[in-house]
Amino acid sequence: MSMFFIFVGAALINNFILTQFLGVCPFLGVSKKMNTAIGMGLSVLFVMTIGAALTHVVYHQILARFGIEFLQTVVFILIISSIVQFIELYMKKMFKSLYDMLGIFLPLMTTNCAIMGVALINIRDTYSFAGAMFNSVGAGSGFLLAIIILAAIREKYDNHPSIPVVFQGFPLALFSTGLMSIAFMGFQGLI
Amino acid sequence: MVFDILLPVLSIAGLALLFGGLLGFAGKKFHVDVDPKVEQIQNVLPGANCGGCGLPGCGVFADAVAKGTADYSGCPVAGSDAAIQIAAIMGIEASVSERKVAFIKCNGVDDNVKRNYIYSGPTSCISASQLALGGSKACAYACLGLESCKNACPFDAVNMVDGIAEIDTVKCVACGKCVDACPKNLIDMVYDKAKIRVMCNSRDKGKTVKDNCRAGCIACTLCQKNCSEEAIVIENNIAIIDYDKCTLCGVCVDKCPTKSIKVLS
Repeated sequence: MSMFFIFVGAALINNFILTQFLGVCPFLGVSKKMNTAIGMGLSVLFVMTIGAALTHVVYHQILARFGIEFLQTVVFILIISSIVQFIELYMKKMFKSLYDMLGIFLPLMTTNCAIMGVALINIRDTYSFAGAMFNSVGAGSGFLLAIIILAAIREKYDNHPSIPVVFQGFPLALFSTGLMSIAFMGFQGLI
Repeated sequence: MVFDILLPVLSIAGLALLFGGLLGFAGKKFHVDVDPKVEQIQNVLPGANCGGCGLPGCGVFADAVAKGTADYSGCPVAGSDAAIQIAAIMGIEASVSERKVAFIKCNGVDDNVKRNYIYSGPTSCISASQLALGGSKACAYACLGLESCKNACPFDAVNMVDGIAEIDTVKCVACGKCVDACPKNLIDMVYDKAKIRVMCNSRDKGKTVKDNCRAGCIACTLCQKNCSEEAIVIENNIAIIDYDKCTLCGVCVDKCPTKSIKVLS
Protein backbone atom coordinates (compact mmCIF):
# COMPACT_ATOMS: atom_id res chain seq x y z
CA MET A 1 0.00 0.00 0.00
CA SER A 2 2.84 2.39 0.80
CA MET A 3 4.10 1.98 -2.78
CA PHE A 4 0.71 3.11 -4.05
CA PHE A 5 0.91 6.15 -1.79
CA ILE A 6 4.33 7.00 -3.16
CA PHE A 7 2.97 6.76 -6.71
CA VAL A 8 -0.09 8.93 -6.06
CA GLY A 9 1.99 11.34 -4.03
CA ALA A 10 4.44 11.86 -6.87
CA ALA A 11 1.82 11.98 -9.63
CA LEU A 12 -0.83 14.20 -8.08
CA ILE A 13 -0.04 15.68 -4.68
CA ASN A 14 3.56 16.65 -5.38
CA ASN A 15 3.08 16.94 -9.12
CA PHE A 16 6.49 17.82 -10.52
CA ILE A 17 5.35 20.72 -12.64
CA LEU A 18 2.37 22.13 -10.83
CA THR A 19 3.56 21.79 -7.25
CA GLN A 20 7.34 21.52 -7.38
CA PHE A 21 7.96 23.64 -10.50
CA LEU A 22 10.45 21.20 -12.00
CA GLY A 23 10.68 20.69 -15.76
CA VAL A 24 8.62 23.77 -16.59
CA CYS A 25 10.72 24.60 -19.66
CA PRO A 26 9.68 21.61 -21.82
CA PHE A 27 6.22 21.82 -20.27
CA LEU A 28 5.66 25.30 -21.74
CA GLY A 29 7.85 24.77 -24.79
CA VAL A 30 6.22 21.73 -26.37
CA SER A 31 2.64 21.93 -25.16
CA LYS A 32 1.29 23.68 -28.24
CA LYS A 33 0.10 20.54 -29.96
CA MET A 34 -1.34 17.41 -28.44
CA ASN A 35 0.78 14.86 -30.31
CA THR A 36 4.10 16.56 -29.55
CA ALA A 37 3.00 16.99 -25.94
CA ILE A 38 2.32 13.28 -25.66
CA GLY A 39 5.71 12.52 -27.24
CA MET A 40 7.42 14.76 -24.73
CA GLY A 41 5.48 13.36 -21.78
CA LEU A 42 6.29 9.78 -22.75
CA SER A 43 9.97 10.65 -23.24
CA VAL A 44 10.10 12.14 -19.76
CA LEU A 45 8.34 9.16 -18.22
CA PHE A 46 10.67 6.77 -20.00
CA VAL A 47 13.97 8.49 -19.24
CA MET A 48 12.90 9.35 -15.71
CA THR A 49 12.27 5.71 -14.82
CA ILE A 50 15.50 4.40 -16.30
CA GLY A 51 17.51 7.32 -14.95
CA ALA A 52 16.10 6.90 -11.45
CA ALA A 53 16.88 3.18 -11.45
CA LEU A 54 20.49 3.69 -12.50
CA THR A 55 21.20 6.63 -10.23
CA HIS A 56 19.67 4.76 -7.28
CA VAL A 57 21.91 1.74 -7.84
CA VAL A 58 25.03 3.81 -8.42
CA TYR A 59 24.39 5.98 -5.37
CA HIS A 60 23.88 3.08 -2.98
CA GLN A 61 26.39 0.65 -4.45
CA ILE A 62 29.24 3.04 -5.18
CA LEU A 63 28.87 6.51 -3.67
CA ALA A 64 27.40 5.51 -0.30
CA ARG A 65 29.74 2.53 0.03
CA PHE A 66 32.86 4.64 -0.40
CA GLY A 67 31.47 7.60 1.57
CA ILE A 68 31.67 10.02 -1.33
CA GLU A 69 28.00 11.07 -1.42
CA PHE A 70 29.04 14.68 -2.04
CA LEU A 71 29.74 13.70 -5.65
CA GLN A 72 26.11 12.79 -6.32
CA THR A 73 25.25 15.83 -8.46
CA VAL A 74 28.23 15.39 -10.76
CA VAL A 75 27.75 11.65 -11.02
CA PHE A 76 24.00 11.94 -11.67
CA ILE A 77 24.56 14.41 -14.48
CA LEU A 78 27.07 12.01 -16.00
CA ILE A 79 24.67 9.07 -15.70
CA ILE A 80 21.61 10.86 -17.03
CA SER A 81 23.30 12.36 -20.07
CA SER A 82 25.01 9.05 -20.86
CA ILE A 83 21.84 6.98 -20.68
CA VAL A 84 19.93 9.47 -22.79
CA GLN A 85 22.61 9.14 -25.46
CA PHE A 86 22.63 5.37 -25.09
CA ILE A 87 18.85 5.07 -25.29
CA GLU A 88 18.85 7.26 -28.37
CA LEU A 89 21.39 5.06 -30.14
CA TYR A 90 19.63 1.90 -29.03
CA MET A 91 16.18 3.04 -30.08
CA LYS A 92 17.38 4.32 -33.43
CA LYS A 93 18.53 0.81 -34.21
CA MET A 94 15.95 -1.33 -32.48
CA PHE A 95 12.70 0.64 -32.28
CA LYS A 96 12.76 3.01 -35.23
CA SER A 97 9.08 3.88 -34.98
CA LEU A 98 9.32 4.79 -31.28
CA TYR A 99 12.47 6.79 -32.06
CA ASP A 100 10.65 8.72 -34.77
CA MET A 101 7.78 9.37 -32.41
CA LEU A 102 9.92 10.72 -29.58
CA GLY A 103 12.12 12.47 -32.13
CA ILE A 104 13.89 15.58 -30.98
CA PHE A 105 12.44 15.40 -27.47
CA LEU A 106 14.68 12.57 -26.36
CA PRO A 107 17.99 14.50 -26.66
CA LEU A 108 16.30 17.47 -24.97
CA MET A 109 15.83 15.21 -21.97
CA THR A 110 19.56 15.42 -21.20
CA THR A 111 19.19 18.78 -19.51
CA ASN A 112 15.72 18.41 -18.03
CA CYS A 113 15.72 19.30 -14.34
CA ALA A 114 12.73 17.07 -13.61
CA ILE A 115 14.84 13.98 -14.41
CA MET A 116 17.63 15.19 -12.14
CA GLY A 117 15.02 16.21 -9.55
CA VAL A 118 13.46 12.78 -9.26
CA ALA A 119 16.90 11.16 -8.91
CA LEU A 120 17.82 13.53 -6.09
CA ILE A 121 14.44 13.23 -4.36
CA ASN A 122 14.75 9.42 -4.37
CA ILE A 123 17.97 9.82 -2.41
CA ARG A 124 16.72 12.63 -0.15
CA ASP A 125 13.62 10.72 0.89
CA THR A 126 15.65 7.48 1.36
CA TYR A 127 13.37 5.35 -0.79
CA SER A 128 14.12 1.69 -1.32
CA PHE A 129 14.72 0.63 -4.92
CA ALA A 130 11.05 -0.29 -5.40
CA GLY A 131 10.00 2.96 -3.76
CA ALA A 132 12.28 4.90 -6.06
CA MET A 133 10.75 3.16 -9.06
CA PHE A 134 7.20 3.95 -8.00
CA ASN A 135 8.22 7.52 -7.23
CA SER A 136 9.77 8.09 -10.65
CA VAL A 137 6.97 6.40 -12.58
CA GLY A 138 4.53 8.50 -10.58
CA ALA A 139 6.47 11.70 -11.27
CA GLY A 140 6.65 10.86 -14.98
CA SER A 141 2.92 10.10 -15.12
CA GLY A 142 2.24 13.38 -13.35
CA PHE A 143 4.30 15.21 -15.96
CA LEU A 144 2.49 13.39 -18.77
CA LEU A 145 -0.89 14.23 -17.23
CA ALA A 146 -0.05 17.91 -16.75
CA ILE A 147 1.40 18.40 -20.24
CA ILE A 148 -1.59 16.66 -21.86
CA ILE A 149 -4.04 18.86 -19.93
CA LEU A 150 -2.15 22.03 -20.90
CA ALA A 151 -1.85 20.94 -24.54
CA ALA A 152 -5.60 20.31 -24.68
CA ILE A 153 -6.26 23.79 -23.28
CA ARG A 154 -3.75 25.47 -25.57
CA GLU A 155 -4.98 23.73 -28.72
CA LYS A 156 -8.38 25.24 -28.06
CA TYR A 157 -7.54 28.68 -26.78
CA ASP A 158 -4.02 29.66 -27.87
CA ASN A 159 -5.18 31.70 -30.84
CA HIS A 160 -8.87 31.87 -30.11
CA PRO A 161 -10.32 35.11 -31.50
CA SER A 162 -12.03 35.91 -28.20
CA ILE A 163 -8.64 36.17 -26.45
CA PRO A 164 -7.07 39.65 -26.62
CA VAL A 165 -3.93 39.62 -28.76
CA VAL A 166 -1.66 40.52 -25.84
CA PHE A 167 -2.74 37.39 -23.97
CA GLN A 168 -2.51 34.97 -26.91
CA GLY A 169 0.19 32.33 -26.79
CA PHE A 170 2.55 32.21 -23.85
CA PRO A 171 0.76 34.63 -21.51
CA LEU A 172 -2.35 32.48 -21.68
CA ALA A 173 -0.27 29.31 -21.24
CA LEU A 174 1.18 30.81 -18.06
CA PHE A 175 -2.28 31.78 -16.78
CA SER A 176 -3.55 28.28 -17.53
CA THR A 177 -0.59 26.73 -15.75
CA GLY A 178 -1.23 28.90 -12.72
CA LEU A 179 -4.89 27.92 -12.61
CA MET A 180 -3.99 24.25 -13.06
CA SER A 181 -1.52 24.62 -10.22
CA ILE A 182 -4.25 26.00 -7.96
CA ALA A 183 -6.55 23.16 -9.01
CA PHE A 184 -3.88 20.60 -8.16
CA MET A 185 -3.61 22.11 -4.68
CA GLY A 186 -6.94 20.39 -4.14
CA PHE A 187 -5.07 17.09 -4.00
CA GLN A 188 -3.28 18.18 -0.82
CA GLY A 189 -4.41 15.98 2.03
CA LEU A 190 -5.60 13.23 -0.31
CA ILE A 191 -3.49 10.73 1.58
CA MET B 1 44.76 11.64 3.20
CA VAL B 2 45.93 10.73 -0.27
CA PHE B 3 43.24 8.08 -0.36
CA ASP B 4 40.57 10.70 0.43
CA ILE B 5 41.45 12.57 -2.73
CA LEU B 6 42.20 9.57 -4.88
CA LEU B 7 38.97 7.72 -4.15
CA PRO B 8 36.54 10.33 -5.55
CA VAL B 9 38.82 10.99 -8.52
CA LEU B 10 39.11 7.30 -9.28
CA SER B 11 35.39 6.64 -8.85
CA ILE B 12 34.43 9.45 -11.16
CA ALA B 13 37.09 8.42 -13.66
CA GLY B 14 35.91 4.82 -13.43
CA LEU B 15 32.27 5.76 -13.97
CA ALA B 16 33.15 8.09 -16.82
CA LEU B 17 35.23 5.37 -18.42
CA LEU B 18 32.40 2.88 -17.96
CA PHE B 19 29.78 5.13 -19.53
CA GLY B 20 32.17 6.35 -22.21
CA GLY B 21 32.95 2.76 -23.11
CA LEU B 22 29.28 1.91 -23.09
CA LEU B 23 28.49 4.76 -25.46
CA GLY B 24 31.42 3.92 -27.70
CA PHE B 25 30.27 0.32 -27.80
CA ALA B 26 26.68 1.36 -28.45
CA GLY B 27 27.82 3.71 -31.19
CA LYS B 28 29.42 0.80 -33.01
CA LYS B 29 26.93 -1.88 -32.14
CA PHE B 30 23.80 0.14 -32.89
CA HIS B 31 25.26 1.98 -35.81
CA VAL B 32 22.56 2.82 -38.32
CA ASP B 33 23.58 3.56 -41.86
CA VAL B 34 22.03 6.88 -42.66
CA ASP B 35 21.54 7.99 -46.21
CA PRO B 36 24.64 10.13 -47.01
CA LYS B 37 22.29 12.46 -48.83
CA VAL B 38 20.67 13.44 -45.54
CA GLU B 39 23.92 14.87 -44.24
CA GLN B 40 24.67 16.65 -47.52
CA ILE B 41 21.23 18.20 -47.60
CA GLN B 42 21.59 19.23 -43.98
CA ASN B 43 24.80 21.08 -44.79
CA VAL B 44 22.98 23.17 -47.38
CA LEU B 45 20.14 24.06 -45.04
CA PRO B 46 20.40 27.10 -42.75
CA GLY B 47 20.23 24.99 -39.60
CA ALA B 48 17.98 27.46 -37.79
CA ASN B 49 15.38 24.77 -37.00
CA CYS B 50 12.73 27.44 -37.51
CA GLY B 51 10.01 25.06 -38.62
CA GLY B 52 9.14 27.20 -41.64
CA CYS B 53 8.90 24.08 -43.79
CA GLY B 54 6.23 22.66 -41.51
CA LEU B 55 8.53 20.00 -40.05
CA PRO B 56 10.12 20.12 -36.57
CA GLY B 57 13.64 20.99 -37.73
CA CYS B 58 16.25 21.03 -40.47
CA GLY B 59 17.31 17.46 -39.69
CA VAL B 60 13.79 16.14 -40.09
CA PHE B 61 13.34 18.15 -43.28
CA ALA B 62 16.60 16.78 -44.74
CA ASP B 63 15.45 13.29 -43.86
CA ALA B 64 12.06 13.86 -45.49
CA VAL B 65 13.63 15.24 -48.67
CA ALA B 66 16.01 12.30 -48.91
CA LYS B 67 13.07 9.94 -48.51
CA GLY B 68 11.10 11.88 -51.08
CA THR B 69 8.26 12.83 -48.75
CA ALA B 70 9.12 16.55 -48.81
CA ASP B 71 9.70 18.85 -51.72
CA TYR B 72 13.33 19.83 -52.35
CA SER B 73 12.35 23.48 -52.48
CA GLY B 74 10.36 23.24 -49.26
CA CYS B 75 12.71 25.37 -47.17
CA PRO B 76 11.46 28.95 -47.40
CA VAL B 77 14.53 30.38 -45.68
CA ALA B 78 17.33 28.91 -47.77
CA GLY B 79 15.71 30.09 -50.99
CA SER B 80 16.22 29.04 -54.56
CA ASP B 81 20.03 28.62 -54.46
CA ALA B 82 19.75 25.99 -51.77
CA ALA B 83 16.84 24.36 -53.58
CA ILE B 84 19.03 23.97 -56.68
CA GLN B 85 21.84 22.50 -54.57
CA ILE B 86 19.46 20.09 -52.85
CA ALA B 87 18.04 19.07 -56.20
CA ALA B 88 21.60 18.39 -57.38
CA ILE B 89 22.23 16.18 -54.32
CA MET B 90 19.01 14.31 -54.98
CA GLY B 91 19.89 13.99 -58.67
CA ILE B 92 16.80 15.84 -59.85
CA GLU B 93 16.85 18.64 -62.37
CA ALA B 94 15.84 21.84 -60.64
CA SER B 95 14.15 24.11 -63.06
CA VAL B 96 14.36 27.79 -62.24
CA SER B 97 11.02 28.26 -63.94
CA GLU B 98 9.42 26.54 -60.99
CA ARG B 99 10.29 29.51 -58.82
CA LYS B 100 7.14 31.20 -57.71
CA VAL B 101 6.65 34.63 -56.24
CA ALA B 102 3.77 36.45 -54.68
CA PHE B 103 1.95 38.89 -56.92
CA ILE B 104 -0.50 41.63 -55.97
CA LYS B 105 -3.27 41.90 -58.54
CA CYS B 106 -3.87 45.61 -58.22
CA ASN B 107 -2.78 48.76 -59.96
CA GLY B 108 -4.71 51.09 -57.70
CA VAL B 109 -1.93 53.47 -56.76
CA ASP B 110 -2.99 56.78 -55.22
CA ASP B 111 -3.16 58.60 -58.60
CA ASN B 112 -5.29 55.94 -60.28
CA VAL B 113 -8.01 55.08 -57.81
CA LYS B 114 -10.60 57.36 -56.28
CA ARG B 115 -11.33 57.46 -52.59
CA ASN B 116 -14.77 57.51 -51.00
CA TYR B 117 -13.52 58.89 -47.70
CA ILE B 118 -10.36 59.54 -45.75
CA TYR B 119 -9.40 56.60 -43.60
CA SER B 120 -7.52 57.40 -40.41
CA GLY B 121 -7.97 54.21 -38.39
CA PRO B 122 -5.38 51.63 -37.42
CA THR B 123 -2.77 50.65 -40.02
CA SER B 124 -4.33 47.29 -40.81
CA CYS B 125 -6.10 46.17 -43.95
CA ILE B 126 -8.22 43.83 -41.87
CA SER B 127 -9.60 46.71 -39.75
CA ALA B 128 -10.11 48.94 -42.76
CA SER B 129 -11.85 46.28 -44.82
CA GLN B 130 -14.50 45.87 -42.10
CA LEU B 131 -15.64 49.45 -42.57
CA ALA B 132 -18.29 50.80 -44.94
CA LEU B 133 -17.69 49.99 -48.62
CA GLY B 134 -14.87 47.64 -47.66
CA GLY B 135 -12.32 50.36 -47.19
CA SER B 136 -11.76 53.93 -48.29
CA LYS B 137 -10.82 53.17 -51.90
CA ALA B 138 -13.67 53.46 -54.37
CA CYS B 139 -12.89 50.06 -55.87
CA ALA B 140 -14.01 47.35 -53.48
CA TYR B 141 -11.31 45.02 -54.82
CA ALA B 142 -8.40 47.44 -54.48
CA CYS B 143 -5.28 46.99 -52.39
CA LEU B 144 -5.82 49.08 -49.26
CA GLY B 145 -2.09 49.60 -48.77
CA LEU B 146 -2.29 49.33 -44.99
CA GLU B 147 0.63 46.94 -44.64
CA SER B 148 -1.10 43.76 -43.43
CA CYS B 149 0.88 41.73 -45.96
CA LYS B 150 4.04 43.67 -45.20
CA ASN B 151 3.70 42.84 -41.52
CA ALA B 152 3.00 39.20 -42.31
CA CYS B 153 6.08 38.84 -44.51
CA PRO B 154 8.95 37.22 -42.61
CA PHE B 155 11.42 38.05 -45.36
CA ASP B 156 10.89 41.79 -45.73
CA ALA B 157 9.83 41.32 -49.33
CA VAL B 158 6.78 43.60 -49.35
CA ASN B 159 7.17 47.32 -49.90
CA MET B 160 4.54 50.01 -49.93
CA VAL B 161 4.74 52.07 -53.12
CA ASP B 162 2.27 54.89 -53.80
CA GLY B 163 -0.35 53.44 -51.49
CA ILE B 164 -0.30 49.83 -52.63
CA ALA B 165 1.84 46.87 -51.78
CA GLU B 166 4.58 45.74 -54.11
CA ILE B 167 6.50 42.49 -53.93
CA ASP B 168 10.28 42.48 -54.04
CA THR B 169 10.65 39.41 -56.25
CA VAL B 170 14.28 38.95 -55.28
CA LYS B 171 13.46 38.60 -51.61
CA CYS B 172 10.14 36.78 -52.02
CA VAL B 173 10.32 33.06 -51.33
CA ALA B 174 6.64 32.28 -51.95
CA CYS B 175 5.96 31.20 -48.39
CA GLY B 176 2.35 32.29 -48.75
CA LYS B 177 2.03 34.25 -45.51
CA CYS B 178 0.90 37.42 -47.32
CA VAL B 179 -1.75 35.46 -49.21
CA ASP B 180 -3.35 34.51 -45.92
CA ALA B 181 -2.99 38.02 -44.51
CA CYS B 182 -4.76 39.87 -47.35
CA PRO B 183 -8.46 40.44 -46.56
CA LYS B 184 -9.11 41.27 -50.22
CA ASN B 185 -7.62 38.00 -51.51
CA LEU B 186 -5.50 40.06 -53.87
CA ILE B 187 -2.30 38.09 -53.64
CA ASP B 188 -1.55 35.10 -55.83
CA MET B 189 1.44 32.83 -56.15
CA VAL B 190 2.58 33.06 -59.76
CA TYR B 191 5.55 31.84 -61.75
CA ASP B 192 8.30 34.43 -61.59
CA LYS B 193 9.07 33.94 -65.29
CA ALA B 194 5.49 34.85 -66.26
CA LYS B 195 6.25 38.55 -66.48
CA ILE B 196 3.04 39.66 -68.18
CA ARG B 197 0.44 40.17 -65.49
CA VAL B 198 -3.10 41.45 -65.21
CA MET B 199 -2.80 44.15 -62.57
CA CYS B 200 -6.43 44.07 -61.53
CA ASN B 201 -8.80 41.88 -59.57
CA SER B 202 -12.04 43.79 -60.04
CA ARG B 203 -15.14 41.77 -60.91
CA ASP B 204 -17.14 44.97 -61.41
CA LYS B 205 -18.62 45.85 -64.80
CA GLY B 206 -16.48 47.98 -67.10
CA LYS B 207 -18.32 51.21 -66.38
CA THR B 208 -18.03 50.83 -62.61
CA VAL B 209 -14.34 50.03 -62.91
CA LYS B 210 -13.77 53.08 -65.08
CA ASP B 211 -15.60 55.32 -62.61
CA ASN B 212 -13.49 54.06 -59.73
CA CYS B 213 -10.04 53.56 -61.15
CA ARG B 214 -8.03 54.69 -64.12
CA ALA B 215 -6.01 51.50 -64.40
CA GLY B 216 -8.53 48.72 -63.87
CA CYS B 217 -9.53 45.94 -66.23
CA ILE B 218 -12.77 46.98 -67.90
CA ALA B 219 -13.26 43.61 -69.57
CA CYS B 220 -13.27 45.15 -73.05
CA THR B 221 -11.98 41.85 -74.51
CA LEU B 222 -9.42 43.63 -76.73
CA CYS B 223 -6.63 41.48 -75.26
CA GLN B 224 -8.66 38.32 -75.80
CA LYS B 225 -9.33 39.18 -79.43
CA ASN B 226 -5.75 40.14 -80.21
CA CYS B 227 -4.00 37.25 -78.50
CA SER B 228 -2.74 34.93 -81.24
CA GLU B 229 -2.24 32.09 -78.76
CA GLU B 230 -5.74 32.32 -77.26
CA ALA B 231 -4.04 32.59 -73.92
CA ILE B 232 -6.34 35.26 -72.50
CA VAL B 233 -9.96 34.82 -71.54
CA ILE B 234 -12.33 37.24 -69.89
CA GLU B 235 -14.16 35.63 -67.02
CA ASN B 236 -16.35 37.50 -64.54
CA ASN B 237 -15.29 40.84 -66.01
CA ILE B 238 -11.57 40.22 -65.57
CA ALA B 239 -8.87 39.13 -68.00
CA ILE B 240 -7.14 35.90 -67.02
CA ILE B 241 -3.90 34.81 -68.67
CA ASP B 242 -3.21 31.12 -69.17
CA TYR B 243 0.56 30.99 -68.71
CA ASP B 244 0.82 27.55 -70.26
CA LYS B 245 -0.15 29.14 -73.58
CA CYS B 246 1.29 32.64 -73.14
CA THR B 247 4.43 33.30 -75.16
CA LEU B 248 5.10 36.68 -73.53
CA CYS B 249 4.70 38.37 -76.94
CA GLY B 250 3.31 41.51 -75.34
CA VAL B 251 0.48 42.25 -77.80
CA CYS B 252 -2.08 42.40 -75.00
CA VAL B 253 0.09 44.91 -73.14
CA ASP B 254 0.04 47.23 -76.17
CA LYS B 255 -3.68 46.77 -76.82
CA CYS B 256 -4.94 47.25 -73.27
CA PRO B 257 -6.65 50.65 -73.18
CA THR B 258 -6.34 51.11 -69.43
CA LYS B 259 -2.83 49.68 -69.20
CA SER B 260 -4.01 47.16 -66.65
CA ILE B 261 -1.91 44.45 -68.31
CA LYS B 262 1.74 45.14 -67.67
CA VAL B 263 5.16 43.67 -68.31
CA LEU B 264 7.06 43.47 -65.06
CA SER B 265 10.75 44.17 -65.15
